[in-house]
Amino acid sequence: MSAATLSPSSQHFEGTVVTPVSWKGPIAYGVIGLLSLIALGFGSPAGSIAQIVLSQSRDSIKIDALMVPARATVIVLSLAILVLAAYASYAALKRIKVGAWMPTIVGVLTFMSFLIWAAAGKDTTMPLAQLLAQGLILAVPLAFGAMAGLICERVGIINIAIEGQLLAGAFVGAVAATVVGNAYAALFVAPFAGALVGVLLAFFSIKYRVDQIVVGVVLNVLVIGVTSYLFSTVLKENKSLLNQPERLGELPIPLLSDIPFIGGILFNQNILVYLMFVAVIALQFLIFRSRWGLRLRSVGEHPKAADTVGIKVNRTRWINTIIGGAVAGLGGVAFTVMAGVGFGKEMTAGKGYIALAAMILGRWNPNGAFAAAILFGIADALRGTLSITGTPVPTQFLAMLPYLATIFAVAGLVGKVRAPAAEGIPYVK
Amino acid sequence: MKLELRGITKVFGTFTANDSIDLVIEPGQVHALLGENGAGKSTLMNVIYGLYDPDGGEILLDDKPVKFAGPGEAMAAGIGMVHQHFMLVPVFTVAENVILGFEPTKGGIISLGEARRRVKEISDRFGFNIDPDTRVEDLPVGAQQRVEIIKALSHDAKIVILDEPTAVLTPQETDELLEIMRQLKNSGTSIVFITHKLREVKAIADKISVIRRGKIVGSADPTASEKELASAMVGRSVSLTVAKEDAQPGDVRLTVKDLSLITSQGVPLLRDVSFDVRSGEILAIAGVQGNGQTELTETLLGMHPKAHGSAQLNGEELLGKSIREVLDVGLGFVPEDRNKDGLIAGFTIEENMILDLHDKAPYARGMSLNAKVIEENAAKHIEEFDVRTQTSKNLASQLSGGNQQKVVLARELSRPLQLFIAAQPTRGLDVGSIEFVHKRVIAERDSGTAVIIVSTELDEVLGLADRIAVMYEGHIIGIVPKDTSRDVLGLMMAGVDYDAALTKAAQHETTLSAVSDETDISRGGAL
Repeated sequence: MSAATLSPSSQHFEGTVVTPVSWKGPIAYGVIGLLSLIALGFGSPAGSIAQIVLSQSRDSIKIDALMVPARATVIVLSLAILVLAAYASYAALKRIKVGAWMPTIVGVLTFMSFLIWAAAGKDTTMPLAQLLAQGLILAVPLAFGAMAGLICERVGIINIAIEGQLLAGAFVGAVAATVVGNAYAALFVAPFAGALVGVLLAFFSIKYRVDQIVVGVVLNVLVIGVTSYLFSTVLKENKSLLNQPERLGELPIPLLSDIPFIGGILFNQNILVYLMFVAVIALQFLIFRSRWGLRLRSVGEHPKAADTVGIKVNRTRWINTIIGGAVAGLGGVAFTVMAGVGFGKEMTAGKGYIALAAMILGRWNPNGAFAAAILFGIADALRGTLSITGTPVPTQFLAMLPYLATIFAVAGLVGKVRAPAAEGIPYVK
Repeated sequence: MKLELRGITKVFGTFTANDSIDLVIEPGQVHALLGENGAGKSTLMNVIYGLYDPDGGEILLDDKPVKFAGPGEAMAAGIGMVHQHFMLVPVFTVAENVILGFEPTKGGIISLGEARRRVKEISDRFGFNIDPDTRVEDLPVGAQQRVEIIKALSHDAKIVILDEPTAVLTPQETDELLEIMRQLKNSGTSIVFITHKLREVKAIADKISVIRRGKIVGSADPTASEKELASAMVGRSVSLTVAKEDAQPGDVRLTVKDLSLITSQGVPLLRDVSFDVRSGEILAIAGVQGNGQTELTETLLGMHPKAHGSAQLNGEELLGKSIREVLDVGLGFVPEDRNKDGLIAGFTIEENMILDLHDKAPYARGMSLNAKVIEENAAKHIEEFDVRTQTSKNLASQLSGGNQQKVVLARELSRPLQLFIAAQPTRGLDVGSIEFVHKRVIAERDSGTAVIIVSTELDEVLGLADRIAVMYEGHIIGIVPKDTSRDVLGLMMAGVDYDAALTKAAQHETTLSAVSDETDISRGGAL
């Protein structure tokens, strides 16, 4: 770093201020490209064929599996990554800002190279469409959790309790769907469970100004305790009465669901997935363009300024912390009712924390957080797929990759990450 | 609009910040509220603005009693406020900041066109030239203040409160602000102008009320002399000048050469800073807050190991040394934020007085502290530096600002020093403490120490300096003699070099410097 901090031209007062060249991006892309070329390209047996399946079994229009020469394709993809790395270097030198498309494309190319390498010369096929559809499903709780996190943090309350809110939503959703006998009932009841956890979070962190991270962790433990207790004492005894929810069925959208490849993945899904799309798009617009969003952000950035124009800071925080909790509660439905399984002890398994990571990786923006959630979801799905197709590397290690990538990304690859300024600080007049 | 206060009282715990205050602000008048830091001016304004609930008394607008549950209601009633610490969200655009709380919306969605129009309208009326879509954090401080003014005026404010508005401005910017206040006044707006700067009060006020220890102690005419105003403000006769002999500079002590510092984001904080300081002289560093002064003093102390260049004290290189080593070479350092960097609020006075010597004999004895010596040391310094406290076991946080600063000075000046650096040594202090601090600084100079004073208050710079260095955007614009006029210094603080500033200042004299000429009071003292 120190070598880059003082470029020669900035030592003189005359002339414009020159920012140091940041080589992090170009180096990372270059290394990825080279690794992909050597390990995946030349690692694929010469002359081998990879079979990539582009449609799912439930699709109405089926397309034939793609048969690609593994080594040649991976080499071409890797070279494309290297070309992008070269462009990134050029942009860095010229100090052109490169958008989020760069890491996205590099990511997609690397992902494709990896899949082709994994399927090269095998009898089994690589079910790409199914993999992506599954990734989307696995991303649902993460996306809802990340939206909940960013609503709370944008208003200045750190929400570590996402995990507990998801778990509460999963539990209550399962019970409600079973009791009513209709899977959709879960969608109406689960938000209240999450909101209740949100109320506790708001109560301790706003009213009593307890450290918000501590409160969040304690609430998670509390929800785990309560749900596990109720599970072992009540649910287990009366499984068919209380804990055997129906599954949320697929609702194919006419026309759109008939698009080959994409249609089956995006538009032949259950209602919770569609709600997720709606939530992300709506939040992206509302947070930056509506009165609610402007006030929300002002309270999280500079509460005193908000107060001096008559915005009730703590009331705004209360309301939005509860809204955030409700959103996470809805996301909890994904664990039980969406999958059509009953509630199980600690079944969220740390997904709430991953949602938090998605929110940070997405820089507190709904779009970005959603993209990160999808990334984590696909990574999760990939582990399942690879354990069937088989790879030379243990799948557990591969499953770590996205999280490793997150640490690096958050550490500065994505650019300056800035949390809301007043996050975690109680407001006292 | 006429604003009247009757018997306003505000109590915090056992402390009465406002004690039954009566005040009448006539329409179209500039009413100055003059008082020292901590006199209760800001509390009073926050009561008017609805931020605090008064414990007694009433507020009347055009002779009708009103009650504000919050700032929103005060604004709706026609009261606007420009806060001392800007109430702007840094990551918002100008337009977003201006509409916050009063958003023009269609079905909950903000109409940005209308927001921009509001900003443009006021901006054009006063010739502000502010782009509604710029992020506030990208604007210079002077422009940010204009955004605050636009915000205050955007809901048809009939009464505008300006709380210490000139603290962050250069003299020229201050002059422009006074011009804006005149325009506002002529258009019928009443202005409450809160300040402790006598010169500005005399330049603009129609009426002056003096507040001291939470009470209105009298009113004064703008024609009163600065000395009279200062005495009314402090409650006793004060001397505005700093009594000092001419410096007897000795050998060069500190030589700074080509000192540069750049953040990891590439923002240059210091650019090729070069100067020297002799023993027995005070070099005052003037400049608007945030032009590299803080970083310069911190670099000399050794807080920025990445700095380039050289800084030699008696021929010994300071750069590359740890802070501990720099202190041992003989540097005394008073940081600009005494609460954050100068003291540990939760430690006792005794402990704070040996923070830098706690591991040395006689204060340390093996692994433990020598409580008796530490107590004696504190007793001696409390006496010598006139720290007002019942016991040396009191916490630093229990002291007033002036007494806290005396503790810091006592610690830093109790060692034999080669170089003494004090950043904003009198910021927020009462007049008595300011006099004391200035006396000690000059005594230190006369004992042969090289002294660097960093101050954003021109009065303090002019009062203490033997030579003045002006900093602008991390660079030293020029080093000028101590009798340089404030107009020239003001222009230099805005980045104009010395020769150009001399020509320009001769063509246009600011109101403030005119004030000082007509009253013919020698400048000095940070009032």
